[in-house]
Amino acid sequence: MKYLHLIWAALFRRKSRTFLTLVSILAAFLLFGMLDAVRTAFTSGGDSVMGVNRLVVSSRYSIIQSLPASLENRIRSIPGVESVARTNWFGGIYQDPKNFVLSFAVSDDYLDIYKEIELPADQRKAYDNTRTGAIVGAALAKRYGWKVGDKIPLQSTIFPRKNGDKTWPFDIVGIYTPAKGAANGTDQSFIFHWTYFDEANAFTKGTVGWYIVKLTNAKDSDRVASAIDALSANSDHETKSQSEQQFNASFAKQLGNIGLIVGAIMGAVFFTLILLTANTMAQAVRERTSELAVLKTIGFSSTSVLTMVLAEAIFLLLLGGMLGLALATVLVPIVSHGSGGMLQLPPIGPGTWAYGIGLMVLIGALVGALPAVRAMRLNIIDALAGR
Amino acid sequence: MKTFRKFLFGLGMLAVVALFLVVWIALPWQGVAGLVVVVALWMLLTRRGRQTASVTRVGLSTLRDRIGSSSVVVIGIAGVVGVLVAMLAMSEGFSATLQSAGNDRSAIVLRGGSQAELNSVMDRDSANVVMEAPGVRKDAQGKPLASAELVVVANLPRKGEPGSDANVPIRGVSTAVWGLRDQVQIVEGRKFTPGMHELIVGTGARHQFEGLDVGKEIRLAGQRWTVVGVFRSGDVLESELWGDTQTVASAYRRGSSVQSVTVMLDSPAAFDAFKAALVGDPRIKVDVSTTKEYFSKQSEGLTKVLRIVGLVVGTIMAIGAVFGALNTMFSAIAARGREIATLRAIGFRGTPVVMSVMLETMLLALLGGLVGAGVVWFAFNGYTASTLGANFSQVVFQFRVSPELLWMGVKWALAIGFIGGLFPAVRAARLPVTTALREL
Repeated sequence: MKYLHLIWAALFRRKSRTFLTLVSILAAFLLFGMLDAVRTAFTSGGDSVMGVNRLVVSSRYSIIQSLPASLENRIRSIPGVESVARTNWFGGIYQDPKNFVLSFAVSDDYLDIYKEIELPADQRKAYDNTRTGAIVGAALAKRYGWKVGDKIPLQSTIFPRKNGDKTWPFDIVGIYTPAKGAANGTDQSFIFHWTYFDEANAFTKGTVGWYIVKLTNAKDSDRVASAIDALSANSDHETKSQSEQQFNASFAKQLGNIGLIVGAIMGAVFFTLILLTANTMAQAVRERTSELAVLKTIGFSSTSVLTMVLAEAIFLLLLGGMLGLALATVLVPIVSHGSGGMLQLPPIGPGTWAYGIGLMVLIGALVGALPAVRAMRLNIIDALAGR
Repeated sequence: MKTFRKFLFGLGMLAVVALFLVVWIALPWQGVAGLVVVVALWMLLTRRGRQTASVTRVGLSTLRDRIGSSSVVVIGIAGVVGVLVAMLAMSEGFSATLQSAGNDRSAIVLRGGSQAELNSVMDRDSANVVMEAPGVRKDAQGKPLASAELVVVANLPRKGEPGSDANVPIRGVSTAVWGLRDQVQIVEGRKFTPGMHELIVGTGARHQFEGLDVGKEIRLAGQRWTVVGVFRSGDVLESELWGDTQTVASAYRRGSSVQSVTVMLDSPAAFDAFKAALVGDPRIKVDVSTTKEYFSKQSEGLTKVLRIVGLVVGTIMAIGAVFGALNTMFSAIAARGREIATLRAIGFRGTPVVMSVMLETMLLALLGGLVGAGVVWFAFNGYTASTLGANFSQVVFQFRVSPELLWMGVKWALAIGFIGGLFPAVRAARLPVTTALREL
């Protein structure tokens, strides 16, 4: 720490060069922050710790095939199952086909299973008592300016009502907030009564898109999953039970390998960055050869010279990288907002920061290593003589 | 006063850069070729030009000593161009795969407000109304050239990843489909026999999923189906499995209902009359669009997202690369400071010095652009990827690294080179000769 002013002085010995390098590092970490937000947006569905004791039971053959409602009681009777909720995909749009609304018809157990949906008690009561009641996530409500008490029409792209009309009326009776630790995007859903859906829709009767099963103990998940699948083996509605994490992960995978694409871009970015800063550091040390020799002459040990050069590189990376990540932290919500809900990027959290700072230190050490070793091995007499 | 002039000068430089970028983006390749010819002629024919050529040659000959820092420019720019071209190739490949499935001569009819086939339902009577509508082409026997179709989604294991299922679309088609979708060719095996549990698979689907070779059996809706053929169409249909409409419908308990009707029109001009007749028909409530419209609309969203992501990422990387190039060229100028000052002392003017530094940077940039675009072309042209499409199932598409994209990448590289070279070049030319000569 006591050498800090020395490192600082060395860093800004050539202001323009340091500035140019800093901007490059800034650009790289700005990209890192934004791309990591994209990656999290696509994969964090499986990261919710609250999902560990939940199973998703869906049709084995196809997501568009539904399951009979009669299966519910048979699943409940399996030991290890705490409760079961019915869920149907609604495919809602609001006013314009562009305004897609993530909407589900769910049975009442759903809200008890999903503890991460936090709804005030009076709103929960109102929901239970209103047939056409719906609760919406805070972010979704904000997007369309919905308030408790609003009557809104939602169009289903799939299900017409009995009169052939595809517009379904709903009463918004509650606005929920996601609990701490909930998966990203939890506050984007529109949830309403399965009974309303089942009674009013023209085609399907007594069918369930998928069941959510809550286990008493997460350790039982494999056993219970195979017991549930055994219920319908060899019937025309065979099921596939998987943990919520597996289900989300396999869904995210179908969108395409986002992780791979993001990883490839970041690889290209950081490879270039390493080359660029390594070049800067090599130049900086080469220019200062005689200064370093003087430092050694007046008694700085080889190790402290090594540490100083290494610290300089890491410092350079940290300075540019932190600025870049800070810029990304500011920009990501703006991008999210500007896309009109098309792209829901999570804000940059401590995880990304920790990962980013780790990368900065690593890259700094990497690019500083060679010049630092050269500085350490410097022969005082040769260096001072300019040989 | 001095700072003010400095400020004005800086402002002027920025204006030059902005003007250059605007002109450069708008410039077609003929313009660029013309520019290259003009510069080449200038270097051959005029005195200043010949001076420039010789200074550039000196600069390039010292390049070997600066190989490390020069490669920063090349690789930095190669990275930018590579990422940009790869993202845009993905976007172009996806939209081409969907769009080539559509044309003006055929139309698709869905239930009103459905947006995608998967959401649509039509009963047999409505489907018949559509097929008998005016403007539908008839075959030699006088039957309408139309296919009433059904799309269901099945779970199949992905190739090479046991236990990881993905959605594959299964399309039930009528026999008229062979005349209607004439781009479809059987490349292996034979067509399915109507009424049998037989399927043909698209080449894209076969590539993506396990066990879809001719002769293999797969289980769908609890029944056994045999794969009897493989077809190629060069578009989005390749991602699908096809069977007979009635057989698929009965396996999935759809009764006699279908999801969409695709018809061949008498001519593209007949579309308006066809649409008007169906929209005006009180018995049915349908959406009518040409297949071209239908498929372009499906490709719109993702194509746009990929394009925007590619351009944003490319721009941010380009900013990083510009500063990297500036850094390299400033230090190159600093290293050659005395040499340049000597040249100016013996009578070389500013222009050759500026031009030679610019030329050197842009040559490095060109090299970087070619490397980046070349690597992407080798690695990704024709690379097969897949994502979820409008029917909630996998769409297989190929990256398409078109000549236009390669050209665009090279243009970006040269623009980065221009900006990265301009400032160091101007500094080199403006440095007072006496100061520079005295500098060690």
